[in-house]
Amino acid sequence: MSELSITLLRFGFLILLWALVLAAIGVLRADLYGTRVISRGRGRENRRRADARGDKVAAPSRSATGIRTGSISTRDEAAAHLAVTAGSLKGTTIPLGSAPILIGRSPTCTLVIDDDYCSAKHCRIFPEADGWKVEDLGSTNGTFLDNQRVDDPMPFKRGDKLRLGATTVELRG
Amino acid sequence: MATVAELKVRTGRRAELALLAIAWGITVLARGLVDYHAAFLELDELGIYAAGAAVLMLGSHLVLRRFAPHADPVLLPAVFALNGIGLAMIHRIDFGYAQYRGRDTDFGTAQIGWTIAGVVAAMVVVLLIRDHRRLRRFTYTAGIAGLILYLLPLVPGLGLEINGARIWISLFGRSLQPGEVAKIAMVVFFAGFLVTNRDTLALAGPKILGLRFPRPRDMGPLLLVWAAAILLMVYERDLGASLLFFGIFLGMLYVATQRISWVLTGLALFAVGAVAAGTIFSHVGARYNAWLNALDAEVYASGTSEQLVRGLFGMASGGLFGTGLGEGRPDLVPYAESDFIIASLGEELGLTGLMAILALYLIIVQRAFRSSIGVRDGFGKLMAAGLGFSIALQVFIVVGGVTRVIPLTGLTTPWLAYGGSSMIANWIIVGLLLRISDQARRSAQEVT
Repeated sequence: MSELSITLLRFGFLILLWALVLAAIGVLRADLYGTRVISRGRGRENRRRADARGDKVAAPSRSATGIRTGSISTRDEAAAHLAVTAGSLKGTTIPLGSAPILIGRSPTCTLVIDDDYCSAKHCRIFPEADGWKVEDLGSTNGTFLDNQRVDDPMPFKRGDKLRLGATTVELRG
Repeated sequence: MATVAELKVRTGRRAELALLAIAWGITVLARGLVDYHAAFLELDELGIYAAGAAVLMLGSHLVLRRFAPHADPVLLPAVFALNGIGLAMIHRIDFGYAQYRGRDTDFGTAQIGWTIAGVVAAMVVVLLIRDHRRLRRFTYTAGIAGLILYLLPLVPGLGLEINGARIWISLFGRSLQPGEVAKIAMVVFFAGFLVTNRDTLALAGPKILGLRFPRPRDMGPLLLVWAAAILLMVYERDLGASLLFFGIFLGMLYVATQRISWVLTGLALFAVGAVAAGTIFSHVGARYNAWLNALDAEVYASGTSEQLVRGLFGMASGGLFGTGLGEGRPDLVPYAESDFIIASLGEELGLTGLMAILALYLIIVQRAFRSSIGVRDGFGKLMAAGLGFSIALQVFIVVGGVTRVIPLTGLTTPWLAYGGSSMIANWIIVGLLLRISDQARRSAQEVT
């Protein structure tokens, strides 16, 4: 082989090395996994639409959650969301629609908390005519709304902190 | 009712196949260039080599397709590429030794055997361990097994002392380094122990200077194993391994407890230990001196910094683009095929090639941490993070030592350097990471 072709192969090798690195990074860019929030019922339709769009759904942003609560409910609370401010799911937010939300350890709950101090179905947050309410579902360790134990449905206002086990949930608007 | 759903994940097997094709090209081209410059290029032989590489890559790819379909798609190609570069380089150093030194070595062929054994080991791990959570049952068994493995080189008749370090055992006429496998056992032990006790470690205990420190009784078993391992390694004069072990321990503790106080105490302890070791042990003091005054004529003449400086000269002659595979003189550096393979690669591939190699390591470590974030159980999180730390620190200690960023300590470069135990142990790590990433990327509905 000639000197020139060897030199070309020599640099070709370096280019191939970097091609692998850049191709790997390219694959990583498209590799998203994790969770996103969708609504049940209407969600089925939204999910199909999301799948049809391929897997290019980015991080679970508000637009990707598929919840457009405005069309279901005209209440002001539609824009509210629940934010987990302490515990293992810290940082998670769930937009609140017109549907009640279950919190607990059971996988059927909306917000599944992996915490030994949580009950399977711990509490329920649901909308009523005068705003959101929270009720305890007979949990072992209790639900606390601003350090007050919740038994009967209590009003859950913006900025209220709800504590269950090691998790704290806040209602935000 | 709103619900939290999983993003649908691409399995990425097709992307993996494409990346493997590039890795295969790198492997074969490297070997071809080396053979050409050794005036030894026989297309039949290169063909057999290329076919063998293709069989290994395709075989492992098919195993993943069948048994771990959601495993990370980048991990395997990156590791195969590093391994292929290492094989070509070791083969090239064999030629260098024969040509200039009259030394007849056959590291290259032996390393091919170790690579095959390593890939098979990784696939066996993927096949046998269907669920990494099962390893949690062996928490204490792994801890004890790890300590025994560290102890083996001290057993008379079994242990071997090579170059002043007593870290080898002789088995079936081969020398093995049990510490490499012990590293994995220790990661399993730490992960299992920390996942059960992290709450007590993080929350209970006295507060000193605004930092919370754990209670002695929570910390006991952990400290015991840790101190025993560190003392053993210091006794065996295996500085690199003790540094690596300490780093993995600290990293996992931080990941488990989120306490910055751990990092501070750990670094303080490390500083004390490093200074103490430098004054107490003469061989450690000599290492410091060879590091700080490497280019001093007197130190160089005494031979303590000769290897390091020759490696630096080699990398300097490589420059930006390297001399080209097979065209340098890496044989001038002692242990060019194992401890100093990074210097050999720096000489022949230049800064450009070395950066690509480091980028590949970065990708592998990033994938380990990403799997750690993605996987749903605490044990898997800690184990993936621990394995990621082990690769990252090992590369840092070796490359840092060779490039004179930190004092030189003997450790193998994962997948690149010559050495059977290290090759198999690091491939087992790949197997574990593939398994954990499979769990992490699979959606929750499929995990039963």
